[in-house]
Amino acid sequence: MPRLEPRAEASQAMRFAAPLVALLVTAGITACLMFGFGRDPVDGMRVFFVVPLESARGLAEIGLKMTPLLLCALGLALCYRANIWNIGAEGQLLAGSIAATGMALSIGPGNSHVAGLLVVIAGAAGGALWAGLTALLRDRWNANEILVSLMLTYVAQLMVLYLVNGPWRDPAGMNFPVTRMFDAAASVGAIVPPYRLNWGFVVALVAAAFGWVFLFRSRIGYRLQVSGNAPLAARFAGFSEREGIWVSLLICGTLAGLAGAFEVAGPLGQLTAQVSTGYGFAAIIVAWLGRLTPLGCVLASFVMSLIVIGGELSQSRLGLPGAITMVLQGVLLLALLSADTFVNYRIRWR
Amino acid sequence: MSAPPRLALAGIVKRYPGVLANDRVSLEVAPGEIHGLIGENGAGKSTLVKIIYGAVIPDEGEVRWEGRSVRIQTPSQARRLGINLVFQHFMLFDTLTVAENVALSLGSSADRGRIARDVSLFGERYGLPLDPLRPVHTLSVGERQRVEIIRCLLQRPRLLIMDEPTSVLTPQAVERLFGTLRQLAAEGVSILYISHKLEEVRTLCSRVTVLRGGRVSGVCDPREASVADLSRMMIGAELPAAASHAKLAGEPLLVVRDLSVPARSHTGVSLHGVNLQVRAGEILGIAGVSGNGQNELLSLVAGEDRRASAGSVFVGGDDVSSIGVAGRRTRGLAFVPEERLGRGAVPEMGLGLNTLLTHDERSNPGLVRHGLISTSGVTELAERILRQFGVRAAGPRATARSLSGGNLQKFIIGRELSKAPRVLVVAQPTWGVDVGAASQIRREIAKLASEGAAVLVVSEELDELLELCDTLQVMAGGSLSEPMPARNANVERIGVMMGSNPVQASNAAA
Repeated sequence: MPRLEPRAEASQAMRFAAPLVALLVTAGITACLMFGFGRDPVDGMRVFFVVPLESARGLAEIGLKMTPLLLCALGLALCYRANIWNIGAEGQLLAGSIAATGMALSIGPGNSHVAGLLVVIAGAAGGALWAGLTALLRDRWNANEILVSLMLTYVAQLMVLYLVNGPWRDPAGMNFPVTRMFDAAASVGAIVPPYRLNWGFVVALVAAAFGWVFLFRSRIGYRLQVSGNAPLAARFAGFSEREGIWVSLLICGTLAGLAGAFEVAGPLGQLTAQVSTGYGFAAIIVAWLGRLTPLGCVLASFVMSLIVIGGELSQSRLGLPGAITMVLQGVLLLALLSADTFVNYRIRWR
Repeated sequence: MSAPPRLALAGIVKRYPGVLANDRVSLEVAPGEIHGLIGENGAGKSTLVKIIYGAVIPDEGEVRWEGRSVRIQTPSQARRLGINLVFQHFMLFDTLTVAENVALSLGSSADRGRIARDVSLFGERYGLPLDPLRPVHTLSVGERQRVEIIRCLLQRPRLLIMDEPTSVLTPQAVERLFGTLRQLAAEGVSILYISHKLEEVRTLCSRVTVLRGGRVSGVCDPREASVADLSRMMIGAELPAAASHAKLAGEPLLVVRDLSVPARSHTGVSLHGVNLQVRAGEILGIAGVSGNGQNELLSLVAGEDRRASAGSVFVGGDDVSSIGVAGRRTRGLAFVPEERLGRGAVPEMGLGLNTLLTHDERSNPGLVRHGLISTSGVTELAERILRQFGVRAAGPRATARSLSGGNLQKFIIGRELSKAPRVLVVAQPTWGVDVGAASQIRREIAKLASEGAAVLVVSEELDELLELCDTLQVMAGGSLSEPMPARNANVERIGVMMGSNPVQASNAAA
């Protein structure tokens, strides 16, 4: 009979092997699903995991999806390391897209070189403001940040709906709930036209590099992690609890707001009711899959994007239901959580 | 032999991942015997107790109860056999009365009125007076222990296990406890008495089993053995020499003046007009039972609690009352808290990163380069601490959690001493630390004082304070006594003072 037995010390090897095991399990279950739907598993796997990587367009689309996932996941990883349970990156992303849109619409037509930059900065500020609300409520009145950040997400969603149906609706938009298209100057340019991948992707990668330095080399990153790991040790050392709350939430809000700005000023070119397809929530999975490290988040956001693109392709090429994307994301998270058991436990046969 | 032993263990083996906790341990307790079980932390005492009490199942070996071979699988089965355990940390509900707490352990069938009568009755008979209707949170530590003991006695035990029972008691309360245990033994109850205090075992027990590294290293009559003999069996060496330091009475470096602060919560303690002063080269000890305001005082001195009013805390002559932890540290204050994992060190971080809790570029310029943490800098500092203080660890990258209690304490004290502090404040310096490491820690503290630092030690172990300190003050009920010289201190009187707060008045009147 196999038995779970606690390890004397957590296994570092297993900590990094667990995401890979989870990926293999997910791939295996994908194959079984394909078989269950009466498709050839090998062909199906190819559509999911190979076809998107074969063309430049596919790669560019993956990068495009990675951008918001990576930006949000970096901020969330920081929050979770500081033991701040922010699950409202989605709301912060939406607030960023609202602020960016507001800026783009108010700049008006013109050919200013800084318009695009202003739009992006407005997005970052909007996201930071939204996360700052959570920080204020937690700091001032000790409100639970899980509930507050989640509920503020709904508020942001309703605000988007209000704006695109009311004051910001495009008069020439045939009554669709969308704003007018941004001017070219107020947009974030594509890196290599005609592909849609824009400079936001580069910003996200740079943010990951800065994130690594911030977490593992800066004094403030160290203080945040001590606060998150051992609050009493942080008090003993004289680190401020308030600093942890504000810094982690403001950084996360800024990054999520950037993600929102890159969406409206990038591939969408306007604010719509469906500006986010749940990037802020999917980023929670990305952050944990990436072991709360910046490099891990880069890899994990790549995998998640692959699943999203593969899901779209499998709808058009294999005729599979669209829910397959959500199913695989869920399977991946469950497989990861299960594999994580073996970081602290091992199997003994007796 | 006429009667079989009440409890006989033979060849008990228990393995945990990476450790052999019990290695072929045998032990016999006769009816009516007070049997001592001694050993250092990590020698396997707790595992053995858990096996006897059914909380842990041994991998090998036999347990015989009154001559019959038994397999004790659960604590409730152990209690049905007549084995009862008085825990080191009490398991009582603070908001319930004594009688209600006792009723909870006896099960639903118990009649409340009869229990209250029994509590009074047993209390009288065994010298454990208790008012059954008092809520537990109003009881002193000694009285809480009485509740635990009476709760066991009502179940008519045939073997009573006492796990380190005196670590929280005043000297007088210890005397009374011994009286009770002797009376129980005379009535035929066997007692297994677990301790690491050799003197206690020599006064109380008629036989003692010594554990070292999971094995039995000796069985003897402690009344005929010397402390040196027992110590050799327990740690494999003579007891190390006492720490001493040259006394220089310099200028006062740490001064607390008329410090009064209300309790943070209803379980906290208010401080009433606390005064103390530690001079350069002096070691001041604060004796007292835990939970009488020591933690509150230390937080206020260290600056974690910022509620001290102006003019009440001075470090090196500066009024630091309104200054935070970091500001006090730059003025030369170092603090070693009682809780090592989670407060003195971050469990999941490596030792190198743990140095950054109290070190910075001012104390050690190599730690930070271009505003960023230097990995090689923190590694070097951690390595130096490991080497200098003989800390056994896998290296500077080992997590704090992976160190044993004694080694982690050596690391934390080493981390503070390597900053050459002007004022060192230490709480429970050797709590749960093995004898060798404890003596090294005391020597290091004494050495720091010889070099001219002011040292404040808070400890529950009176013996340790008497060995280490020049001056003693006693903390009780949030108040601090007048200072007295530690040399030739009157232990009896200190014991009375330890119990001299309103809550503990009944405890001291022994």
